[in-house]
Amino acid sequence: MNCSETTSKYYRVNRLPHIWCAGCGHGTLTNTVVRAIDKLKLNKDEVVIVSGIGCSSRAPGYLDFNTLHTTHGRALAFATGIKLANPKLHVIVIMGDGDSSAIGGNHLIHAARRNIDITTIVFNNNIYGMTGGQFSPTTPYGDLATTAAYGNIDKPFDLCSLAQGAGATYVGRATAYHAVLMQKLIEKGIQNKGFSFIEGLSICPTYYGRKNKKGNAFKMHSFLKENCIDKKLVDKDPDKGRNKILIGEFYNNPQPEYIESYQVIIDMFQG
Amino acid sequence: MNDKGYKLVQGNEACVEGALAAGMRFYAGYPITPSTEIAEICSQKLPKLGGKFIQMEDELASMAAIIGASLAGVKSMTATSGPGFSLMQENIGYAAIAEIPCVIVNVQRGGPSTGLPTSPAQGDVMQARWGTHGDHPAIALTPNSVQETFEYTVKAFNLAEKYRTPVILLMDETVGHMREKMTFKNISQIEIVNRKKPSCKPEDYVAYRPDEDMIPPMASFGEGYRYHVTGLTHDETGFPTNSSHVSEGLIRRIVDKVEKNIDNFSYYEEYRLEDAEIVIIAYGGVSRSAKSAVDELRKQNIKAGLFRPITIWPFLEKQIYMVSQAAKEIYVAEMNLGQYSLEVERVACKNCRVKKINKVNGELITPEEITEAIGGSYEL
Amino acid sequence: MTKENQAIMGEDMDDEKVLLLNVPWCKGCGICVGFCPTRVLKLKEGKCVIANREKCIFCGQCELRCPDNAICIGGKK
Repeated sequence: MNCSETTSKYYRVNRLPHIWCAGCGHGTLTNTVVRAIDKLKLNKDEVVIVSGIGCSSRAPGYLDFNTLHTTHGRALAFATGIKLANPKLHVIVIMGDGDSSAIGGNHLIHAARRNIDITTIVFNNNIYGMTGGQFSPTTPYGDLATTAAYGNIDKPFDLCSLAQGAGATYVGRATAYHAVLMQKLIEKGIQNKGFSFIEGLSICPTYYGRKNKKGNAFKMHSFLKENCIDKKLVDKDPDKGRNKILIGEFYNNPQPEYIESYQVIIDMFQG
Repeated sequence: MNDKGYKLVQGNEACVEGALAAGMRFYAGYPITPSTEIAEICSQKLPKLGGKFIQMEDELASMAAIIGASLAGVKSMTATSGPGFSLMQENIGYAAIAEIPCVIVNVQRGGPSTGLPTSPAQGDVMQARWGTHGDHPAIALTPNSVQETFEYTVKAFNLAEKYRTPVILLMDETVGHMREKMTFKNISQIEIVNRKKPSCKPEDYVAYRPDEDMIPPMASFGEGYRYHVTGLTHDETGFPTNSSHVSEGLIRRIVDKVEKNIDNFSYYEEYRLEDAEIVIIAYGGVSRSAKSAVDELRKQNIKAGLFRPITIWPFLEKQIYMVSQAAKEIYVAEMNLGQYSLEVERVACKNCRVKKINKVNGELITPEEITEAIGGSYEL
Repeated sequence: MTKENQAIMGEDMDDEKVLLLNVPWCKGCGICVGFCPTRVLKLKEGKCVIANREKCIFCGQCELRCPDNAICIGGKK
């Protein structure tokens, strides 16, 4: 089998090739998660990856960790139970844009508010892919989708601001093109003792791309390359940021972590 | 605790004591009358035992959290009432297909919708069986006293662990809120069941390959058995399958593992049934009135008796059939418009007449209402 | 490190890197073809093919971007 060491070490190789469409960004983003885990040398037995329902949420099935594919939107609530029950586990949640911010929105803001030590990674392809191309809470205004035949009139979320506003203590955004940055943000997110939210802009050539004439996978990747700019550069020169998508590390402000606070209560009685 | 080992305890509190005795160390829930005391008491007691309590953002999240905790190897529970129970249904179905042991306490109140929040009812009986979509196993137990609430909470956990399935403790507000004396005397001799663990090496572990008893050994996340869990219909490796044969096999197995073992947990009480011609079937709070009614009817020379199911689901088909053979008439008394009675009719109608005594006004059915319903129509 | 570069760099360069392609996993999305800086890769009948192996400078862009883990740099690191 011609595959890289990382692939054979961290993937359930017998499950590949995965189900994602040709050119889908989710495969590339999943690799950034795997490389981040490898870089941090986490013990595979202690890594738990939880996902909801949707294209992105098929990721854990391919990865050789403790993997949990839950119900649509509820990954963070399942993950909260796992992490609180066994804080030793590194709990990573992979969700889609609809999974995390539509049906899962309530759990997202509360997990962030609690600042529980969970790393949440959203593969945001701006569409409901698994069900065939409906608009999602992040589909750009005016774009087309199978349920927005005349242009989407829903105003999209800025997921990073949403998570930060709710209480996440590490927030960042990268893209399927900016795979090295994505890996870096995930590493720092895992290391952050608190709720980390990393958004990975993905690409969906099959539905979002075709419906909105964004070209093939290469072209959609190139769009990300040319239209995203790191916040660090914009901080120095605001003009650079004009009608660009901001990426990079947005917020890094460690705060008391939920389970550590609970442990203080437990320790009161162990004395 | 008085010298004889008795203590005045509320039903909801006895539920927590039973759960802790069974080894429950994780509670996730959301405040809802009339079950909130369970959450409050858990929040006080669990940290003292090194356990974990969390108040989630809603009941649905609570159900998800207890599944997560159980997967991490901790016995877990949630408690709610009608509205919350409705929100939990999808994830209860997840726990059923993924075979995750957990206990859901539903302290029933007047429904539907917001209904009568502080009043007793038994209107969720069918929901406890068919609330979540698709074919799935269902175990529901209904205690009728504070002592029984303690004992059957322990049994609920034992069944959840043994059969790797969600178990519902179907209480009603009467039993949940009343206070009665109860004893913790034999707390240490209580039988505690823990889930079957894999004995093979991690690399040989096939997560959903069942043993002879139709139940797969269950490893916890973090023990080195890196496996996959999903709500998608899956094969014995735990991965999604589209094979119709494998899919049918899974659904039939998770249902059969419970229903084919019903004889191991058919809990019920018979009261003065030996020569009874009129049999009252009642459960939970109503059964206490039914017992008084039986005594009263006996004084009126009416040979009455009570059959009280504690295992509500799976339905006690064998026992109800036998009762129907001996009886002339069966009266099913319940605080709903006739739910358990539907099952009784299905089984008993060939052997005897089945009548209903129903009440949905938020009050307990009284002994007099039962005796009048029966005595009045029974010509000597 | 192409053959010519290896010659220039001298004999001690023993890490014979090699571009590995796992054809069954390739879905012919063309991302690697697009981003390869030295036009090593082509699409043929819906699959990636290594057309100009000698031009490969082992920059790893293809491995980094391939959504299907179908191409990677093998050989001793």
